[in-house]
Amino acid sequence: MSTPLLEVKGVTKRFAGLTANDSVSFSVNEGEIVSIIGPNGAGKSTLFGCITGFHRPDAGEVIWAGRDITGFKADRVCRLGIARTFQIVQVIADMTVLENVMTGAFLRHPRRRDAQRRGLEVLESTGLAGRRDQQGSALTIADKKRLEVAMALATGPRLLMLDESMAGLTPVELQEIIALLRAVRKTGLTLVIVEHVMEAVMQLSDRVVVLTSGRKILEGTPAEVVSNPAVIQAYLGERYRA
Amino acid sequence: MVKISLAAAAVLLALGFPLLFSGPFPLHVAIVTLIFAGLGVAWNIMGGYAGMFSFGTAAFFGIGAYTSTWLSTAHGVNPWLGLLAGGAASALVAAAIGWPCSNLRGHYFAIASIAFAEIVRTHFNNWKLVGAAEGLMIPIRDGGLRVFQFNQSKAPYYFIALAFLALALLACRAISRSRMGYYFRAIKESHELAMVLGISFVRYRLAAIMIAAFIAAACGTLYAQYVLYIDPESVLILSVSVQVVLVTMLGGAGSLFGPVIGAAVLVPLSEITRAQLGARGTGVDMILYGALITLISVYQPKGIWGFFAGGLPRRKRPAPQPRLEPSSPGVA
Repeated sequence: MSTPLLEVKGVTKRFAGLTANDSVSFSVNEGEIVSIIGPNGAGKSTLFGCITGFHRPDAGEVIWAGRDITGFKADRVCRLGIARTFQIVQVIADMTVLENVMTGAFLRHPRRRDAQRRGLEVLESTGLAGRRDQQGSALTIADKKRLEVAMALATGPRLLMLDESMAGLTPVELQEIIALLRAVRKTGLTLVIVEHVMEAVMQLSDRVVVLTSGRKILEGTPAEVVSNPAVIQAYLGERYRA
Repeated sequence: MVKISLAAAAVLLALGFPLLFSGPFPLHVAIVTLIFAGLGVAWNIMGGYAGMFSFGTAAFFGIGAYTSTWLSTAHGVNPWLGLLAGGAASALVAAAIGWPCSNLRGHYFAIASIAFAEIVRTHFNNWKLVGAAEGLMIPIRDGGLRVFQFNQSKAPYYFIALAFLALALLACRAISRSRMGYYFRAIKESHELAMVLGISFVRYRLAAIMIAAFIAAACGTLYAQYVLYIDPESVLILSVSVQVVLVTMLGGAGSLFGPVIGAAVLVPLSEITRAQLGARGTGVDMILYGALITLISVYQPKGIWGFFAGGLPRRKRPAPQPRLEPSSPGVA
């Protein structure tokens, strides 16, 4: 078997006595979609932060394409090919949609004309081409989330990490973004998503990693995970144990 | 069309100003206006675009003025070379202070910038080598462009100041259209967002500070060569820094011509009211000045440039939203 694209080995992160991640390990192969699920406070976003350079793990390693990138700063992690979005959507409010995406595209296309061309391509593929001249601040939440994905894609990543990109969307919007992520994967990208919306997790994931109280309790296919008693207990509590 | 004719009128007025108003006072006001417009452009690059709200511009202005003046009085160095040396010194100091401050955001950066500028002022106030509190005097000699000194008329200073401003504007425009300009705006929006777009915000913040420091220092040399006398109270004082912020904020921070418009309104107002009313010691000039600032902030928080940008058809209205939005029944 070839080496995985991303390997997380025993990552531990403590905040003043609270262990947010307790020796978490998992790996992601090229072309996969892996979801990380778990109740609120399970440490999903912290784990994201440890991988993408926002937190330095207290122990453990993050291996990217065979290279140890533990503790690298976020901008460096991005340059190496890992892009991410935020749980609370972030776009540049006083830029147009195209300018937002160009800001991402400048990473691999330093010249303005090239960045603009790449930006337009990304807008086309993410269904935002019709909004290119709107201000970032004028978009609906659904479009802001879409734009955030577009900005991340414009940086030319191999791995895209999405932190709750599907929360709070209408059913129609949800299906649109699922279709978008499927299309993104078809272009050869690998995805890791933190998600509460089980509908999306079930439809998209090849594998699911379940965190509870900072620990990985299970890893498997979506079908395996949702029928597992430990997962049901973690989500619904002791009384609902099957 | 409207924009082009406005721009042409502005350029003609700028070039013809010394012919229309040949008296020393109007020209003096115009030169001071141009210098503050230049300082405003410098501030705008770091404050308006990159979001680093600084009250320390006077330090860079002063370092530029002191470097070229000291080099020319103590070592006979040509002021034009002194200008470059002052710019370099200022940019180096900016890098040295900007590095440890690169993680400071918002108000904290502003506070640090005040502290930095006051430390520089206090230091120069006690630094014997550069005349301490007495400052430095540039001896009058045969004037000419080569020695950056003109004794017959103020007009050459006016045109040099105009050329400086034009250069600063060209630099600002080039930056704003380049990757660097986009990165500055991303950093202004959010450090986290900038980082996930692969932007080293430390590097780009330093670049913004150093570019601003260089331009401000060049303005400092120009000021010193114009007035021929500098001391800490004239070039390093906090009120200069505050004036620069006001000029840019009121003109329109983050827009190319904002600082120019702000300076064209505020500097003549403050110079004229001070000349007319200031001597009585009643503070009427300051009251008028304050009232204008308040009015603009209330009615156009984006600055005077906001009136232009909003009034001209710059951008198409957003297209109607075709997507389903259950909360708004008016949209089919």
